[in-house]
Amino acid sequence: MLEKQKRDMWTLITFGALAIYAVFLLYPLLSLLVKSVLPEGQLGFGSFAKFFSSKFYYGTVINSMLVTVSVTICTVLLAVPIAYILNTVKIKFASTIQILILISSVSAPFIGAYAWILLLGRSGVVTQFFKNTIGIQTPDIYGFTGIMLVLTLQLCPLVYMYVSGALKTVDSSLIEASESMGCTGLKKMFKIVGPLILPTILAGALLVFMRALADFGTPMLIGEGFRTIPVLIFTEFISEMGENDSFAAAISVMVVVFATSVFLVQKLIAKRKAYSMSSLRPMQVKEAKGIKNFFAHLFVYGYIVLAILPQMYVIYTSFLKTSGKIFVKGYSVQSYVVAFSKVGDAITNTFILALSALAIIIVLAILIAYVTVRRPNFATNLLDISTMFPYIVPGSILGIALLTAFNKSPLALSGTAFIMILSFAIRRLPYTIRSSSAILHQISISSEEAAISLGASQVKTFTKITLPAMLPGVLSGAVLSWLSILTELSTSILLYTIATRTMTIAIYTEVLRGNYGTAAALSSILTFITIITLLIFFRLTGKKELSM
Amino acid sequence: MSVKIIFNNIIKRYGSNTVIPDLSLEIKEGEFFTLLGPSGCGKTTLLRMVAGFNSIEGGQILFNDKLINALAPGSRNIGMVFQNYAIFPHMNVSKNVAFGLTNRQIPKPEIEKRVAHILKTVQIEEYSSRMPENLSGGQQQRVALARAIVIEPDVLLMDEPLSNLDAKLRVDMRNAIKSIQREFGITTIYVTHDQEEAMAVSDRIAIMNKGIIQQVEQPQTIYQKPSNLFVATFIGRTNVLDATLQGQTLEVDGYKVEVPISAKGWKVKASVRPEEFFITEGAGEGIGGIIEHSVFLGLNTHYFITLKNGQEVEVVERSTKRAVYAPKTEVRLTIDPAVINIFTADGEKNLSLGGGPNA
Repeated sequence: MLEKQKRDMWTLITFGALAIYAVFLLYPLLSLLVKSVLPEGQLGFGSFAKFFSSKFYYGTVINSMLVTVSVTICTVLLAVPIAYILNTVKIKFASTIQILILISSVSAPFIGAYAWILLLGRSGVVTQFFKNTIGIQTPDIYGFTGIMLVLTLQLCPLVYMYVSGALKTVDSSLIEASESMGCTGLKKMFKIVGPLILPTILAGALLVFMRALADFGTPMLIGEGFRTIPVLIFTEFISEMGENDSFAAAISVMVVVFATSVFLVQKLIAKRKAYSMSSLRPMQVKEAKGIKNFFAHLFVYGYIVLAILPQMYVIYTSFLKTSGKIFVKGYSVQSYVVAFSKVGDAITNTFILALSALAIIIVLAILIAYVTVRRPNFATNLLDISTMFPYIVPGSILGIALLTAFNKSPLALSGTAFIMILSFAIRRLPYTIRSSSAILHQISISSEEAAISLGASQVKTFTKITLPAMLPGVLSGAVLSWLSILTELSTSILLYTIATRTMTIAIYTEVLRGNYGTAAALSSILTFITIITLLIFFRLTGKKELSM
Repeated sequence: MSVKIIFNNIIKRYGSNTVIPDLSLEIKEGEFFTLLGPSGCGKTTLLRMVAGFNSIEGGQILFNDKLINALAPGSRNIGMVFQNYAIFPHMNVSKNVAFGLTNRQIPKPEIEKRVAHILKTVQIEEYSSRMPENLSGGQQQRVALARAIVIEPDVLLMDEPLSNLDAKLRVDMRNAIKSIQREFGITTIYVTHDQEEAMAVSDRIAIMNKGIIQQVEQPQTIYQKPSNLFVATFIGRTNVLDATLQGQTLEVDGYKVEVPISAKGWKVKASVRPEEFFITEGAGEGIGGIIEHSVFLGLNTHYFITLKNGQEVEVVERSTKRAVYAPKTEVRLTIDPAVINIFTADGEKNLSLGGGPNA
């Protein structure tokens, strides 16, 4: 603490927020750690030994590594060119494509997995078509390939949004300087643009890495024998519930330690390579000619068709007539009728839980962003780090940690709606905190000082001056938080009860039961909610993009 | 190495909006040529057409006899200094400066030699391994200049290069730019909206307004013999007075003075610069007025005077030992008829340059 700061309401808020994180994040994670080294009530590393003793267990680490690293690389290789093309070349219907990219990203990954199974699976439409009409056996979609395909397409938009944002900070005079010195085309991309946006690519890649590592639904549905760590944790925890969840805890601890180290390494690299840029004149899209134009369009359109295809197909199947569990000829809204009657409560639950979580997120994010940006000191630094933790801790692990910590009095929360709301809020807070602090960095502190010197109180200065200026940033983060709550599966699948079942959980269970019609109808409703949210957001802000 | 630049009937359009309607110009080999004008006059647009960043909708731009309209920016052998310097933030000073050379497949020892030499010329050799973020504005400016010159360009383009520097540094840098340009003898096009800067560095200046070149001349001529009222008011300060010209007699507000040109009772506009007025006290001939206030600046004293017709004018006198005229002093102003410029009533033509308004 370089500067002695007065104790005021912000000090109180800092410690309040720290207390919330201590109780609802650090305590559960510590409980998990304790559980992992105290298998039968006494200190021991038996759980860790068990993990490394059988390939059945440690093989999942290899699988997870393989999936995570490949998905991260593929995503970057796909997303960076798309972002570059869309920001430099004039593509027809570019704004529609940007919205489609967003929509493709804000569905649950396992919905993509299930749609690809419908398309390319053993009895998938495409597979059947090739087999019956042409007589070709299409490649197997299950296992590694399927997980790769689904996660790459699903996570690509994250890197796209990051890189797109970074490209907008590259001043066009840098590009022009490079061109006037004879450095053009791919060379320009590698020597100038690439290095400038590298920190952002790394940040995007990290996010993809963490998501791919943590994703549970996709390998569960399409992985078949190819088991990844989240699948192992989930099955171990569920099957040995009450007996030996120390084993699941031990795996979780290893994953958290590993994820944290990756995170720290990325931070280190990004810090060394970061350049502050302010762009007076961002790059402009230009009309490309001839073959370059053709391939730019082909690449972007090809990607967007693949990315949006699963959701489109799900929407299509939601209108198919079903007989029992099978789709039959003809169209109907029967699936929707069933969806509303059978799992209508899931829709209501989703809104109640997600809106409650969102309210908590918005309030906490604004306050936390303010204290970390405006009052940098040891306590707020600690708070800043705590809020980043949910980025690293996979959802299923957080779920287990919460259950471990809160399954007995005085805080017997398991099974309640509160624990669901809590897990949503903690996991999706970082989005809104991030966007709120980003905008706060841009707001000059002098307007606050002016208000104070004119006699406004701290509360009044904050509510009348700072908060209104922050709102656009808060809003864009809140939209991301909201959309990702709607599609949350890996934590809620552990925490839900029949009374707190959400739409995403309902879709997942319907898919597992083979009720594809109902699942499709529910997915379509979810997509519809997503689109409405985005449209409202664009309308409110006048923007065409969601910045990350 | 250096070239002359010829513009033949250049047209620039953005959609249906014509920014430069029809522009012809010749810039001599080795000349320091400045495009000067208010913001939005098309000067930067024209510069970027030479650089290859703006398309050319009509006409031709030639380097000597070579048509460059369709040439890619990198093939024009141009050095460009950008307003915000456009230093690559991820490369150190010498890498930035060497960038253009490495793209030309020049052998490494040669590159190192040339970079070292140019860094010395622009006086930043001690910063060669610094990253741009650790440089001051003036140092970044020197890097940008070195990077543009080291490739031995045919043409050097500068787009308001000094606008981001503070006033003192601006003066230092413009002297540095001028002397380096002389040393290398590169044909240079310089864009600025700062007339003093333009006067200080240029061999010739083109005054632009609304995409049309108003006058191309040496700095002195532009100041003393502006081709129209726009140039007269844009360059330096001036007072525009409504007057009539009968024979050789110019009449302003009842004050009559003989001028070197003649006409038959035309309404005209007289542009009288502050130093072209003389102040006298007491009775006699001259335009009557009252001193409003004065500013003593050492060498000169500025007076702000309201004429009888209500117009406010500015007059500059060389400061003397005599006390400064107090406010509310009644004075008379006479004009030096040999140096003032008389324009047609619409301000389009300078009658003092010869020829009648119909000529």
